[in-house]
Amino acid sequence: MSAKTLTADEAVQFYDLDEHAHPEGHSTMLGFWIYLMSDCLIFAILFACYAVLGGSYAAGPAPKDLFDLKLIALNTAMLLFSSITYGFAVLQMQQGKVKGVQIWLAITGLFGLAFLGIELYEFHHLIEIGATPQRSAFLSAFFTLVGTHGLHVTFGIIWLVTLMVQLSKHGLIAANKRRVMCLSMFWHFLDVVWIGVFTFVYLMGVLR
Amino acid sequence: MSDAIIPHPAPPTHPIFGKLSIDAIPLHEPILVATFIGVAIGGIAVLALLTRYRLWGYLWKEWFTTVDHKRIGIMYMILGLIMFLRGFADAIMMRLQQVMAFGGSEGYLNAHHYDQVFTAHGVIMIFFVAMPFITGLMNYIVPLQIGARDVSFPFLNNFSFWMTSAGAALTMISLFVGEYAQTGWLAYPPLSGIAYSPNVGVDYYIWGLQIAGVGTTLSGINLIVTILKLRAPGMGLMKMPVFTWTSLCSNILIVASFPILTATLALLSLDRYAGTNFFTNDLGGSPMMYVNLIWIWGHPEVYILILPLFGVFSEVTSTFAGKRLFGYTSMVYATVCITILSYIVWLHHFFTMGSGASVNSFFGITTMVISIPTGAKLFNWLFTMYRGRIRYELPMMWTIAFMLTFVIGGMTGVLLAVPPADFVLHNSLFLIAHFHNVIIGGVLFGLFAAINYWWPKAFGFKLDVFWGKISFWCWVVGFWVAFTPLYILGLMGVTRRMRVFDDPSLQIWFAIAGVGALIIAAGIGAMLVQFAVSIWRRKELREESGDPWDGRTLEWATSSPPPDYNFAFTPVIHDLDAWYDMKKRGHQRPVGGYRDIHMPSNTGAGIILSGICLVLGFALVWHIWWLVAASFVAVVAGAIVHTFNYKRDFDIPAATVAAVEDARSRQLAAGA
Repeated sequence: MSAKTLTADEAVQFYDLDEHAHPEGHSTMLGFWIYLMSDCLIFAILFACYAVLGGSYAAGPAPKDLFDLKLIALNTAMLLFSSITYGFAVLQMQQGKVKGVQIWLAITGLFGLAFLGIELYEFHHLIEIGATPQRSAFLSAFFTLVGTHGLHVTFGIIWLVTLMVQLSKHGLIAANKRRVMCLSMFWHFLDVVWIGVFTFVYLMGVLR
Repeated sequence: MSDAIIPHPAPPTHPIFGKLSIDAIPLHEPILVATFIGVAIGGIAVLALLTRYRLWGYLWKEWFTTVDHKRIGIMYMILGLIMFLRGFADAIMMRLQQVMAFGGSEGYLNAHHYDQVFTAHGVIMIFFVAMPFITGLMNYIVPLQIGARDVSFPFLNNFSFWMTSAGAALTMISLFVGEYAQTGWLAYPPLSGIAYSPNVGVDYYIWGLQIAGVGTTLSGINLIVTILKLRAPGMGLMKMPVFTWTSLCSNILIVASFPILTATLALLSLDRYAGTNFFTNDLGGSPMMYVNLIWIWGHPEVYILILPLFGVFSEVTSTFAGKRLFGYTSMVYATVCITILSYIVWLHHFFTMGSGASVNSFFGITTMVISIPTGAKLFNWLFTMYRGRIRYELPMMWTIAFMLTFVIGGMTGVLLAVPPADFVLHNSLFLIAHFHNVIIGGVLFGLFAAINYWWPKAFGFKLDVFWGKISFWCWVVGFWVAFTPLYILGLMGVTRRMRVFDDPSLQIWFAIAGVGALIIAAGIGAMLVQFAVSIWRRKELREESGDPWDGRTLEWATSSPPPDYNFAFTPVIHDLDAWYDMKKRGHQRPVGGYRDIHMPSNTGAGIILSGICLVLGFALVWHIWWLVAASFVAVVAGAIVHTFNYKRDFDIPAATVAAVEDARSRQLAAGA
């Protein structure tokens, strides 16, 4: 039954009579993007704090005394590799190969763990030589910025494991594909943030 | 000496109870004991009644676990109303204290208690009154205005509400277990640092806001996506109702500013819990960094609050003048300008920091510039009214009261934007009068307009006009009687947050302000009576058409209250005033050919996860570390379990839709 209009203007439709369901999860990607931008602001604040407080050594150690660029280069490589391998997982997903996705996700997770391991080693070392987060505003800002990134990677790995279980249970259904894409965005986002950390904190810190 | 500064030395940390001990119950404060007894009796009575009438199952199934944006919206409004009564009780206590504390009298509140009262008043009114009110309003109205069936992420919506409630609950717990912050509503360090606030007050402040902040940010994301993705066909951005536009801008501000608050409070908590030096006086910390960061959130926050109400005033003015809104396009651009400008004015909150003439000039000028788009809006409303056939119903009365009140508040704001003037008036009662002038005159009056305007949509009957008018006049008169004296006192140099006064010549002004607060109390009482009387007389006030005010936007196209699915058929939009256009061109409601409607299912995950977050917050406040660990693991595990639920929606069968719509047809025929 169609909507009848009383005016001469018969063509005007006021209701969509052919019900169309929105495809499931059609706005998840946009929502997740906006979430990432809100997370980005948290990092922006931590970067701003580091920019303002990063020179307040309080007669304590400065970046030059603390940072071992070779170690950080290795760490950066771990995270960058994990981004590439995540990309491979997405390629496998597009070909519908759930096994391949699982393998590449597992490799991504291992790179992530390696990254975290090196970061924890670095933190442990710094604390052992007395460069603790309590020592100066510079170190407070440093540990918080780098640590928050590390915390994000940790949650990323928890998510990754959860997703692998879900993939093995349900395979590459639409919902799981969407989740793979969301985690992909999250993972690459953390990579981008790390590039900022690496440049701004470590490289420029050693130059200063 | 140290006892004078720290009334209750921090108790040692117990392995099981953390810092919590029997001393945390404020038995030495008779006011709190009496309040507790009152709350306990009232609470037990409510629980008993719910059990007596077997309402628990109904509440759980139909309300607590609901993902329906309309019900969540109503729950937000109820939360806001309850917290409003608490916040207003604090206000009355402050007014009374300041009237009494003259001529050597200490008043009736000791410093420890008074400082908590003014802190709690500010925090509650902004975070747990104004925010739930506007979020509730946007939740209820926006999907209806854009012709959608729900928001984009219905589960997140439920979760956001319960997180906000958990934050409010944690703040309320501080009244009876321990203490609240004594720092003022923004908890500036170093006062809020561990050295000067060693007890749990600031921790309650931090965790209450952090938990609620998660809810606010998620609901902001949700509403942005809803507005961008779920508009009915034909509704381009420039055909969106103004309220939807202002809601969009407000939610963009939420997403672009609440993470700043989250990060800032996280840094403060690191200073307090881990001994870092972000905002301390020692080892390179910078307290002014905190003040900058908190206002980079805080100034957009005031626009988050006011923008949706600007939308409300636009809808109300246009509806009750019976005219299309004057200058729709300029209204949209003004809103967007305000959204952007709100980010570059934060430093006007602390011109006295001493950042120099150039920096202060920049922020003074940007602050003055922001009054231009706001002024444009006012002229648009006036021109909408010009030569309109204005109906002075309650929403319109509130709108006119807003225009008259808000303009004064805006002008004192521009005055404060001049740095030299601000050096004189900084932290004075003049500032207090200014921001109450814009928040009460803008946000609250707007909310009252909105409640009177949309109540019939939500419940199917109008609000009682007689009690509404009593409430209106008490509020408007009470506001001016209460705050004009504060302008005068502020110009005389009286600073905010004072507990006792030496100069007896000031007392009369505080007495007048106290009378004003009592008149406002009468206004609040009249409003509660208005709700009660209207519910009592709901049959007489019944509204069958779904369009009681001859409205212009889509929410009036459906029944009151709207069915679960809002619209049986998705409307197609041809004009800015879509519903007015449909009425004018004689559209006919389709009365057959219904199909199954796909809807999200209810879930208990939101309330359960938020409940665990409340426990987590409480454990963090009291340093109960085992409980912190347990509840944190539980939250993460609970969230993961929730992601294993893939079946999150169901279909309303076409037969059910047909039954609901046929009932609506009979209702319309009977009303016609």
